[in-house]
Amino acid sequence: MSATVARPSQVLAAVSLQCASCGRPHDPAPAHVCPSCLGPLEPVYDPDRTLPDRSEIAARPRSLWRYREWLPFTGRPVRCLNAGWTPLIEAPRLADALGVSRCVVKHDAGSFPSLSFKDRVVASALNAAYAFGLPVVGCASTGNLANAVAAAAAREGVEAWIFIPHDLEPAKVAASAIFNPRLVRVRGTYDDVNRLCAQVADRFGWGIVNVNLRAYYGEGSKTAAFEIAEQLGWRLPDAVVAPMAGGSLVTKLSKGFGEFLDAGLVDGVTPRLYGAQAEGCAPIVRLVERGDDTLVPVKPATIAKSLAIGNPADGRSAASVIRSSGGWAAAVSDAEIVEGIRLLAETTGIFGETAAGVTVAVAKSLAQSGHLTADDEVVLCITGNGLKTTDAIVDSLNVPEPIAPRLSEVASLIQQNPS
Amino acid sequence: MPVLSLPSVLTPLTGGQHTIPATGATVSEALDDVVSRFPALSPRLRDENGAPYPFVTIYLNDEDIRFIGGFDAPVQPGDELSVVPAVAGG
Repeated sequence: MSATVARPSQVLAAVSLQCASCGRPHDPAPAHVCPSCLGPLEPVYDPDRTLPDRSEIAARPRSLWRYREWLPFTGRPVRCLNAGWTPLIEAPRLADALGVSRCVVKHDAGSFPSLSFKDRVVASALNAAYAFGLPVVGCASTGNLANAVAAAAAREGVEAWIFIPHDLEPAKVAASAIFNPRLVRVRGTYDDVNRLCAQVADRFGWGIVNVNLRAYYGEGSKTAAFEIAEQLGWRLPDAVVAPMAGGSLVTKLSKGFGEFLDAGLVDGVTPRLYGAQAEGCAPIVRLVERGDDTLVPVKPATIAKSLAIGNPADGRSAASVIRSSGGWAAAVSDAEIVEGIRLLAETTGIFGETAAGVTVAVAKSLAQSGHLTADDEVVLCITGNGLKTTDAIVDSLNVPEPIAPRLSEVASLIQQNPS
Repeated sequence: MPVLSLPSVLTPLTGGQHTIPATGATVSEALDDVVSRFPALSPRLRDENGAPYPFVTIYLNDEDIRFIGGFDAPVQPGDELSVVPAVAGG
């Protein structure tokens, strides 16, 4: 009888880091801040690593790990092996409504396991926690990340501490609590929770996925860009519209498209990137509009709670990649967000959360203002599921009075509202 | 007197101290007092023009100082000033 021993090349390890501000290199670590300048740390990839070609990627299992050479590890991932590979859904009726040539939806509202794109970043972060031997993970969350960490931690048997603002949507609280994590409701905004978690990660040494594991966590978002390119038949769209909270998704989409261009897997140029926020919390939109380099934080006031980050850490990066791509950013009112949720549902059959409403309403606004044109092939990133935010739209829906179980009552309804 | 609370990444510059008592009537004066004793901290808290870094937030108790007057915000005895590096969204 022989024991199975993992070859060194298969053992999961996290890659090294480098300060995005001053460039100083750092060893792999659960750390997000440069000790020299407090700038954010970014993973560093071996430029000489062997990259797969299209056919090799296409032959791999349908998860985000099919792109593992562009994720911040060496060796084989051990956790969250089923995350990613969400559908890219054709949306011709929505294209007609927007006035664009073609519209497709990146349907992360159906992501496994927790119905939002946060399953991507958590897959990366939980493997980082494994690589560093961290027994406890956690997060500061507006809801979707809480759900994703709680679900993945339950599946992998890891202790999780989940910090959320006290006033989150009830469905998002339930969708974390069901996994039985250590759930901590904090009296304050997301920005307050974020500050608390920065201090928690610092003092207790836990793996807080969006704090001290941030460098590894954020890279998971790139897989949405990789999937879009592959699912379009190894090419890039004209434009991508994505919601912005902390600003990381747009930044990582840009990085992901760029990495596939660099690898020769796709041709052309990075798509025009468009960022979407709610008027009640639009610090990145305002930064894009002003064209300067100073993000002005705001106090959020919007029904789009998953985007309610008044002090977005990646806001400057997001504004920079949006501008350099030739894209733009726009904000919409709460009423427009509800209309956006309904337009998406009524034209695609997809029920998105409030952030989806922001994305669709901003796409409509961008089409009306001429930023999106009749020739454009547009991808909308729908990042979260509408069943988590039903309270935002229930009052706008036409829910009829009940009828008696009689044919005559149905006939009466038909008479009242002939189709 | 107010205290300045630092993340671990900065404590090598303060002899391992996470919290440092400060004197001064404003955030700026309190920081000046602390960096007079720990000069190596100075470039970690403000840039060469004395402006805040975009990836570092300073809180006065529970409030981001940018909402309450920035470095000119008044501080009281018992207040806590916290230096918190930026974190990602969630």
